[in-house]
Amino acid sequence: MITLKLDGREVRAKKGQTILEVATENGIRIPTLCYLEGLSPKGTCRVCMVEIANRNGKLVPACVTPVEEGLEVITRSERLTRLRRTIVEMLFLERNHICAFCVSNGHCELQDLAVELGMDHVTFPYRYPGLAMDLSHDDFGLDHNRCVVCGRCVRACSEVEGAFTWGFTGRGIDTAVATDLGIPWGLSETCTSCGKCVQACPTGALFERGMATAAQVKSPEIIREVTERRPRVF
Amino acid sequence: MSSKVRVATMWFSGCSGCHMSFLDLDERLIEFAELAELVYSPIVDPKEIPDGIDVALIEGTVNTTEQLAQLREIREKARIVVAFGDCAITGNVPSMRNPRPRDEVLRTVYGGGEIPGLEDGAVPALLPRALPLQAYVRVDHYIPGCPPDADRIWKFIVTLIKEGKPRLEGEEIRFG
Repeated sequence: MITLKLDGREVRAKKGQTILEVATENGIRIPTLCYLEGLSPKGTCRVCMVEIANRNGKLVPACVTPVEEGLEVITRSERLTRLRRTIVEMLFLERNHICAFCVSNGHCELQDLAVELGMDHVTFPYRYPGLAMDLSHDDFGLDHNRCVVCGRCVRACSEVEGAFTWGFTGRGIDTAVATDLGIPWGLSETCTSCGKCVQACPTGALFERGMATAAQVKSPEIIREVTERRPRVF
Repeated sequence: MSSKVRVATMWFSGCSGCHMSFLDLDERLIEFAELAELVYSPIVDPKEIPDGIDVALIEGTVNTTEQLAQLREIREKARIVVAFGDCAITGNVPSMRNPRPRDEVLRTVYGGGEIPGLEDGAVPALLPRALPLQAYVRVDHYIPGCPPDADRIWKFIVTLIKEGKPRLEGEEIRFG
């Protein structure tokens, strides 16, 4: 067992556990976005970052940082809220997130984060990129305008469904999700149409076709429920 | 009378939903009239933006040259400028034209030949992009929502006037 401090409180953890897992076990909420229980953590969105008080306030992503003996972790501070809010602001300005007529309006993890972090406006200029939709699949749609490139669909598809349909294309700010190396989703020969990617998606980027504004309610917890019944492979 | 807060409202490119939501204050409008005087608004008579505005609630995206001039004028004349609703804060629906060039958007809608909006004329020219207020002027406060509901607007107004600082919390700042 390892002993560490979370917000000044001493807690016990098992070796190999992440800061996020230990915080969750102890009833401490750390906001997350690219993390989804049941998928391998990637630490790419940085929304879950915490401060290590006895490492000069170093910032680490809680979802991929293993606990260590004697760590003093701060999960909540004005600085963390400001930094997390700035990250969420940048996600909003990077693409065209127009909540008012999104299928996921009111059921969106990005929108929820804005509320949680007190974001009532974006302090930087918006980019308004010209991005496409892919409506070639019979059952599901993809709207790149609403995608935050968290990769939850990519991991659900490879780690849980084993289809490896979803991947990434492009670099940096041009990174986007793509099916079968960039062909339209509806032409994909690997997609099993299982819909796990849609359920794993935190925003309205992936949706069930025919959904009206605010009608797309998702169940990302199915990823955990499916994987709980299997031996862990990662 | 002079102790009343002088409030103005404006409506740029938007659907007027925020103003409709303001009217949804219903019987609270009577209380509003006791606290404040509506000195300039699409729903009152004056045609010129008056001096000495305390609070300006501005709905909509800045989309035309005329709106930009009005925004700059009201910024000079108002102590507190409030972005009222999602369009004024994020660009929202009117900003959907932004990924495409302005002339292409106008040509797609109006076709070839002489068309309105390219240059200032009978109608003001369309700006290259539809942008939120803070792209041009300092904005003091924000009321998110599409539209913000009447309870949210009322809490904003009451806390601003009575406590000197608006206090919207939690779900009261949700976009959409």
